[in-house]
Amino acid sequence: MTELSGEPPDLTGETPEAPEPTPEGTVPSVAARLAFYQRAGGVITPLLTALVAFLIGGLVVYATTGKNPVSTYKAIFKGSGLSWLSPVSVHWHTFYPNAVKWTGWNTGNLTALNLQQTLIVVTPLILTGLAVAFAFRCGLFNIGGNGQYTVGAITAVQFGVWFSGLPGPLHVIIAMAAATLAGAAWAGIAGLLKATTGAHEVITTIMLNWIALWIGSYLVGFNGPMQDKREISAPVTKSIAPSAHLHVFWGNPLLQGLHIGFFIALGALVVYWILLNRTTLGYEVRAVGFNAEAARYGGISVARNYFLAMAISGAFAGLAGAIDLLGWEFNLDLISVQTVQIGFIGIAVALLGRNSAIGIFFSALLFGALLNGTSSRNLDPSIFKPELAGNLTRIIQGLVVLFVGADLLILYLWQARKKVRLLQRKAEQA
Amino acid sequence: MSVRAEQLQRAAWTRASAPQTIGLVGIALGFLALWLALPPFGVRTAPAPVAVGILAAAAGIWAISRGKVRVGGGAIVIGLVGIAGALLAMRASSSNLEGVFVWSALLAATLRFATPLTFAAIGGMFSERSGVVNIGLEGMMLMGAFFGAYGADQTGSWVGGIFIGMLSGALLALVHAIFTISLRADQIVTGTAINFLALGVTGYLYNQHYGNNGTPNNLPAIPDVNIKFLSHIPPHGLGNFLYNSIGQLNLMVWLSLLLLPVSYVVMFKTPVGLRIRSVGEHPRAADTLGISVYRTRYGAVILSGALAALGGVFLSIGFLNSFTENLTAGRGFIALAALIFGGWRPFGAFAAALLFGFSSALALRLPDLSASSSAAWPVLFQTLPYVLTLIAVAGVIGRSIPPAAIGRPYIKQ
Repeated sequence: MTELSGEPPDLTGETPEAPEPTPEGTVPSVAARLAFYQRAGGVITPLLTALVAFLIGGLVVYATTGKNPVSTYKAIFKGSGLSWLSPVSVHWHTFYPNAVKWTGWNTGNLTALNLQQTLIVVTPLILTGLAVAFAFRCGLFNIGGNGQYTVGAITAVQFGVWFSGLPGPLHVIIAMAAATLAGAAWAGIAGLLKATTGAHEVITTIMLNWIALWIGSYLVGFNGPMQDKREISAPVTKSIAPSAHLHVFWGNPLLQGLHIGFFIALGALVVYWILLNRTTLGYEVRAVGFNAEAARYGGISVARNYFLAMAISGAFAGLAGAIDLLGWEFNLDLISVQTVQIGFIGIAVALLGRNSAIGIFFSALLFGALLNGTSSRNLDPSIFKPELAGNLTRIIQGLVVLFVGADLLILYLWQARKKVRLLQRKAEQA
Repeated sequence: MSVRAEQLQRAAWTRASAPQTIGLVGIALGFLALWLALPPFGVRTAPAPVAVGILAAAAGIWAISRGKVRVGGGAIVIGLVGIAGALLAMRASSSNLEGVFVWSALLAATLRFATPLTFAAIGGMFSERSGVVNIGLEGMMLMGAFFGAYGADQTGSWVGGIFIGMLSGALLALVHAIFTISLRADQIVTGTAINFLALGVTGYLYNQHYGNNGTPNNLPAIPDVNIKFLSHIPPHGLGNFLYNSIGQLNLMVWLSLLLLPVSYVVMFKTPVGLRIRSVGEHPRAADTLGISVYRTRYGAVILSGALAALGGVFLSIGFLNSFTENLTAGRGFIALAALIFGGWRPFGAFAAALLFGFSSALALRLPDLSASSSAAWPVLFQTLPYVLTLIAVAGVIGRSIPPAAIGRPYIKQ
């Protein structure tokens, strides 16, 4: 099989669609206007997309339960703890003396605790978002984030259990490096197949996801080689040695505080930006993603870049698995191996973030807040059932991905608006 | 045609095909090597399977030396795997072996596991042959699974469940069609979104309607077809075998078998099929001839959603008789794999679905093989469909070639 799609999908967010000739001719075309918005930082389309998705989600809430969507979203927002960051509370105090006082960097209150949990979720989302985005920039669609994350997590556990005598930082670095390499190797299989035989990466990465899932189930599951033999009744690995734990810098380590993995993810954002925009490799990757034929004509090895882009992409996802394991999970059980979703959410993160480092940060924050705010621990069941809210999150994710992929929808909406105006004008004239 | 030319032609034919045939015989011998160690033969000593396996490998080497690398390589690998498998099987006790390899039950389970895959793969074939990639098969199946159960519950009859399930799959497919065909969004991105949406929508509605209690126990089920007379077919063993394997299958299993020739005829022998294929191979040419590319693709995608949903309906009210969140658990992706492995053809996809179904059925039964009945390795059998598809996509065993215009939106001029 050579190519599933002839041209690599244009998902870079850098190349506005060429303006189509409009029948009117004189009016500045809608496409041109959209292109302008995209050039103006590309903020408007993602914002609109998210807004529309949330609106539809709100409609779903209202139509099915009759509850006020605004209060539901408010409860989710409260559960996410993001309000901790809001400086508004300072000003509130001057107007409403009874309002909660800004307590400075108080790590004790519930909001701070919620924010820590949200940022723990945001951390791997940034990384899997980067994994999807890096492949996108090379014109590849990495659906294999789940598998690469799993492989990374398994490797991190194994290395965390081994070498228990090592000093802390060294142990952490070894475990993370091994997991990153494992993720890179796993995605590299897809890259290699694409580079050598032209096998489409979408299909190979989906297959690799399931292979990773079942190999993981074998390793971790009952009587598997990695199952903790002291706990015969539970399919779970041994816990990693304390020396491999990531340092918790905010909150109580016993209550799952925020670990330094968050800064590693932020560092990965910087690495991503530098790698793409300031290195030869990044230039070549972008060139291949922009137009593989032209890149080949320009002397760039397309096959080599396919392989490297997939491997680097997998490295991000593998690192995500390692950070979750070393940061707060500490051991791996069968159910979490079989229900990994983080790679898929990474697709939504990358698409909404327009594959840019800063965009990925904010969309990871959004989805992390949604995930944590709808968890059964944080959402007040009297306002909205957490089981429903979790699925609402999935619906919103789906809508975001659906709309981000369809720039033309916005074009149509513009056109429809214009037609309505035209009709109105005609009606006025008549 | 002169006699001389005819002779030349025949000679050329023999040269080309004899190694091919020998290679295929080698592959068959490789399977035989394994089979010898299993019931009903149940050979308990090494020499026979090893000899047959070596014969298979030898045939493979000969085929390679005559230029048939793929077939020959396949024969060598299968011969060696056959020997290994046979030696492994001999380590299990023969009563355990007979417990696992109840061929009639295995065949019935294989068909049962293959049915949802067949429906979804055939559905996917219509969509992909028309040039629209359908990663969303999984989501469409899931919709069918939930709304099949919901519809059966609400209407009080399984027929209602089937119709409502198909309708829901078709509706979701319509969304896919609008975004990929009219709005020209990336087909893979949209398919991913479809999967998210289906997961969210079905999970949401399931929790709202059934919550913690789950679907009701008295959900109307699609009936089994009991073919009693099969057990009276003369040789008693054969009659029993037939009755136990295909005598008590679900109606949907038979429906999926019926779907195969129908979809083959529609796709390859009727004008409709020709239109679908032409739109998928060269939409511009089809458009020039007056075929509406958009309308054909819309029809094909919606049909694919309805068929995939039928697979989901079978899972919920034909097989498990209940619905839980994410019931399909990746079967839509296996169906996609079967479609690709089967070369975008109905019978090819069905053969792949059977193979995948067999590996699932075996993985479920193999734990009974070892004495402690708790070995972990049979789980690894679950990876078989995916590994095989990887190999097929990479072109090691005969390359599967997709429709030429797949994945490309069409812009009418």
